[in-house]
Amino acid sequence: MLSVKDLSVMFQTRRGAVDAVRGVSFDVAKGEILGIVGESGSGKSVTSYALMRILDAGGMIKAGEATYSGVDLRRAAERDMRDIRGREISMIFQNPRAALNPIRKVGHQIEDVLRQHAQATRYDARGKAIAAMEAVRINDAQARFDAYPFELSGGMCQRIVCAIALACDPKLLIADEPTTGLDITTQKAVMDLVSGLIRERDMSSILITHDLGLAAQYCDRLLVMKDGLIVEQGDPAQIFGQPAHPYSRKLVDATPRAGASVRDLLPAEARSAEPRMLATDQPLVEVRNLTKTYAGKSGPVHAVRGISFTINRGQCVGLVGESGCGKSTISEMLVRLLDPTSGQIKFDGDDIAKTPARRFARDSRRADIQMVFQDATDSLNPRHTARQTIAEPLRRLARMRGNALTTRIEELAGLVGLPLSLLDRFPHQLSGGQKARVGIARAVALDPKFLILDEPTAALDVSIQAVVLNLLVDLRAKLGLSYLFVSHDLHVVRLLCDHVIVMKDGQIVEEGPARDVMADPKDPYTKSLIAAAPTPPERAGDTAPTQLETKNAQHLAVHDTRAS
Amino acid sequence: MSDITPADLPRQKGTLDHILYVLRANPVTLIAFGMFAFLILSALFGPALVPYDPLATNAGNALQPPSWAHWFGTDQIGRDVFSRVIVATRLDLTISVAAVAISFVVGSVLGCIAGYWGGWPDIILNRFLDTIMAFPLFVLAMGIVAALGNSVENIIYATAIINMPFYARLVRAEVNIRRDAGFVRAAKLAGSSDMRVLATQIFPNALPPMMVQVSLNLGWAILNAAGLSFIGLGVSPPTAEWGIMVAEGANFIVSGEWWLAVFPGLWLMFAVFTFNLLGDGLRDIVDPRKRT
Amino acid sequence: MLAASPRLRAILLRVAQAIPVVMGVVVISFVLTRALPGDPAVYFAGVAADEASIEQTRVAMGLDKPLPVQFAHYVADLLQGDLGQSLSSGRPVATDLANRLPASLELTLTALIIAVVIAVPLGVLAATRPGTWVDHLCRIVVTAGVSLPTFFTGILLIYIFYYILGIAPSPLGRLDFIYLDPDHVTGFYLIDAALMGDWETWWGAAKQLILPAATLALFTLAPIARMTRAAMLTALSSDFVRTARAAGLSNRTVLYGYAFRNALLPVVTTLGMVFSFALGANVLVEKVFAWPGIGSYAVEALVVSDYAAVQGFVLAMALLFVALNLVIDLLYTAIDPRIGFDAK
Repeated sequence: MLSVKDLSVMFQTRRGAVDAVRGVSFDVAKGEILGIVGESGSGKSVTSYALMRILDAGGMIKAGEATYSGVDLRRAAERDMRDIRGREISMIFQNPRAALNPIRKVGHQIEDVLRQHAQATRYDARGKAIAAMEAVRINDAQARFDAYPFELSGGMCQRIVCAIALACDPKLLIADEPTTGLDITTQKAVMDLVSGLIRERDMSSILITHDLGLAAQYCDRLLVMKDGLIVEQGDPAQIFGQPAHPYSRKLVDATPRAGASVRDLLPAEARSAEPRMLATDQPLVEVRNLTKTYAGKSGPVHAVRGISFTINRGQCVGLVGESGCGKSTISEMLVRLLDPTSGQIKFDGDDIAKTPARRFARDSRRADIQMVFQDATDSLNPRHTARQTIAEPLRRLARMRGNALTTRIEELAGLVGLPLSLLDRFPHQLSGGQKARVGIARAVALDPKFLILDEPTAALDVSIQAVVLNLLVDLRAKLGLSYLFVSHDLHVVRLLCDHVIVMKDGQIVEEGPARDVMADPKDPYTKSLIAAAPTPPERAGDTAPTQLETKNAQHLAVHDTRAS
Repeated sequence: MSDITPADLPRQKGTLDHILYVLRANPVTLIAFGMFAFLILSALFGPALVPYDPLATNAGNALQPPSWAHWFGTDQIGRDVFSRVIVATRLDLTISVAAVAISFVVGSVLGCIAGYWGGWPDIILNRFLDTIMAFPLFVLAMGIVAALGNSVENIIYATAIINMPFYARLVRAEVNIRRDAGFVRAAKLAGSSDMRVLATQIFPNALPPMMVQVSLNLGWAILNAAGLSFIGLGVSPPTAEWGIMVAEGANFIVSGEWWLAVFPGLWLMFAVFTFNLLGDGLRDIVDPRKRT
Repeated sequence: MLAASPRLRAILLRVAQAIPVVMGVVVISFVLTRALPGDPAVYFAGVAADEASIEQTRVAMGLDKPLPVQFAHYVADLLQGDLGQSLSSGRPVATDLANRLPASLELTLTALIIAVVIAVPLGVLAATRPGTWVDHLCRIVVTAGVSLPTFFTGILLIYIFYYILGIAPSPLGRLDFIYLDPDHVTGFYLIDAALMGDWETWWGAAKQLILPAATLALFTLAPIARMTRAAMLTALSSDFVRTARAAGLSNRTVLYGYAFRNALLPVVTTLGMVFSFALGANVLVEKVFAWPGIGSYAVEALVVSDYAAVQGFVLAMALLFVALNLVIDLLYTAIDPRIGFDAK
């Protein structure tokens, strides 16, 4: 149905011409769902924009052919393209809230498309728009018709975007990272809905994603892209089972999955034995009845509602939950940047919550509790070099100067695997992984006892995530650290943590040893979280997965599909 | 800082490359820098170099059109317009630089306090700024000069007061968006007090947009000062100042002696234009995306 | 229906917010009145006053009382619309301002309409055709526009159109003396003459108006065009415009229905600042063209140290501006459905 040959896309930028896509060829058959997988900058989204001819300013198709049902997409007149867009081929995008016109009622936005393609007249547009909304399983479509995007949740906005895309019964749907930024349970709901509709209407689809697991679960065939080239294509089981190209092998390895250990994420040749952890049962951090209440516009907001847990010396505890569950508030309180409303935080037996956050900067225990921040870019001062950034805690809290300082900084750089030549670079001259290393070096500079990791890999590509996670494992063993690992991703948490705490709405819904919680979740919310995670095909060569764990996850996934 | 001087090398190189790139892509910025240098030189050395005493009258040589002897002609009492225009540069630049410096400092301090700590200082500052901004700014400046008295210092104070809200708002916004940034929290974990965080982490990051604002405001301050003296406030005759010269020349325009008003007016425009071009150029250098 | 109550609350809140601002304005103008150089009583007693009459004035004006009492009197007078007596005209300042306000408003509003009519399309065109001559023209207009001292532009226009070309009437006031003033209905000569059907006078008034209005418009055009261009560029590169394109909507719908409506929001916000500039520049333009509005009234009062008139003018302008800002914000509420809700 769609045939692409040697497609090349070029961007005119300040630094000259950049080839974003360099001769890709692929076909999409009728009724097929094709997945295009790649990390940031691989050219996967640009490819789809080129097909729709909606490239940003400065972008142009340099060479190649793209044919859709006999229409030459590259040379078709703009007027003909307009008829194709939305009616024959349509798209859904990431960040659904931004993808909708913020000051137009969502129903009218659907009507616009229907009327543009002469699928409705002024008189029946409203009815047809509501029908389109009902088709994407929006309850109470009558009332939602008059809503503005800001009044709807992210998942609901994505359904509206789907309704716009599917209103005119297109034959091909291009989904560009449709679930990035959505919570994992919402992601599953949206993906199940979209793939269901595609099958139901016998449409074809291209799913563009960075998440290999997600693509493998929903697609019939996968393309792996890197630097504007297709490095491998094939069906998911084959790509997962026997990836041919080194890059796809690296990507497959790095994708967290049931049964894999943290070392399994690294390319086979880079794997070393996993270090032994010295978890003890002496408590280091004891949290008792911790609460945080904010004064909101419409009454108090209970971000954290009386939480208690313990982190032992040398232990790694995972704190898991979806956005807004209060996990970030807890980490801010534990690291003493935020004062709790009530409750105790015992560190080495003393209640450190008694010292107000604004005076804790000069507290003697400041050096013992450190944190690795979520967004490595945001957490580095753009005007400081890596060296200055790592030096900051050493100068302020350890009063180090001169040679001692230089020696220590270089020692730390070695510890986190940051080449010394990069120390004098500014953040914008470093890659995402390098910035993460700088942030980690700063956090461990003072030999802290307790380190809070606030989604340290959330903004990283999977292959870099794999490296950073392994670095964190090594550091914990080497320095005898205790971790609180905060994340939205159960699979990542399981790789690092001995103990898992699952949170929802400011409360703990379940906690226990990581292995037990993953294999046999008790709480329905934990079950839905586990079931919502994509389940890629099994990978040959993983450390033998516990039978129960995989079986259970699959069982739950099936169960969940039926339920929804 | 001294023990890590090599740290600055790659940055300087990067910044230099970037500046060169911007200048090459937009030669107008280069011209603006040249015009700026010319203005500074006229302000510094102009009074020593001009061919005539700007205050010397010569009734026999009044209202002469531009000639080789008098490039910009002479005014109604025979003073050389060119000399007066050049000499006025120092006064006009002094007024605007002094006014902008005062509003920069006061605005930065107030904006930092309000943006970082929030709470009631923030509310009070916002109310105060709202009140100042509730006046049409030039009209407020008129009222202030009328109330405080007709002098150059009062022109400076009035211009500083009407410029201050822009700095306070800008700094407040820049500080506020960085208050909870990762690198600020990291600095606190590294043992830095609030004051230190503000001074070393947050404020330096707010400086580039402030420099753009400074440049644009210098032009605006000159316009304001000239406007005030045009309506008879502040600088008084026979002092050479662009606004007054335009005001005096205005009476002769309907009888055709255009050079009296046009040359000081053009010079005024040239100065303001320079600062505006410079501001746009700085904006390009600071953030190429914000280019409008 | 669902949205009605928070939006209503937001509107009421916005109106309520104007109250402390008005109070602040009153306090500042009181301070300005009492901070007159030297002794206010000396000024208000007049040039020929002796010790006794100055003292008399002081008591009469209540200047011997403590400041809070003076302030109370000031506010009480204001509430009755009393801004004091003008020394030069001998009439109450409020009356003088009321007589001259229509002239100023006619000039400012005409200029703003001209500016908006030119600047908004210019900004939109520049944003949709980056790098073309429209874009370059827009950039030149924007940078030159903010650099032009209004009083100088006015003089230049007079020189060109009156002295050299001779097509503009002499720059003295609202109407040449050969015409009779139209009957006072709104005080806007163009409207009043049109109401009378006296098109000759209408044309006479329009000819007088065009140069000062053009001067003011040149100055206010720049910020509007700049903001329109920037807002349009932002809107055009936003995700929702891409969605609309991908759904095959026509260029017209995307440009006007989606991009332009969103770009209007920041443009409306800028209008407040533009009004501030326009009302300030208005004073200068009125002086250049001998326009009998409140700006030239204030300038004349300044020359003869008639401070009650000047401060009355400052206060009146501030109140006018507060009202305009309120209107702008309410307009904004009308076009942005998000007002009154916590943006997430």
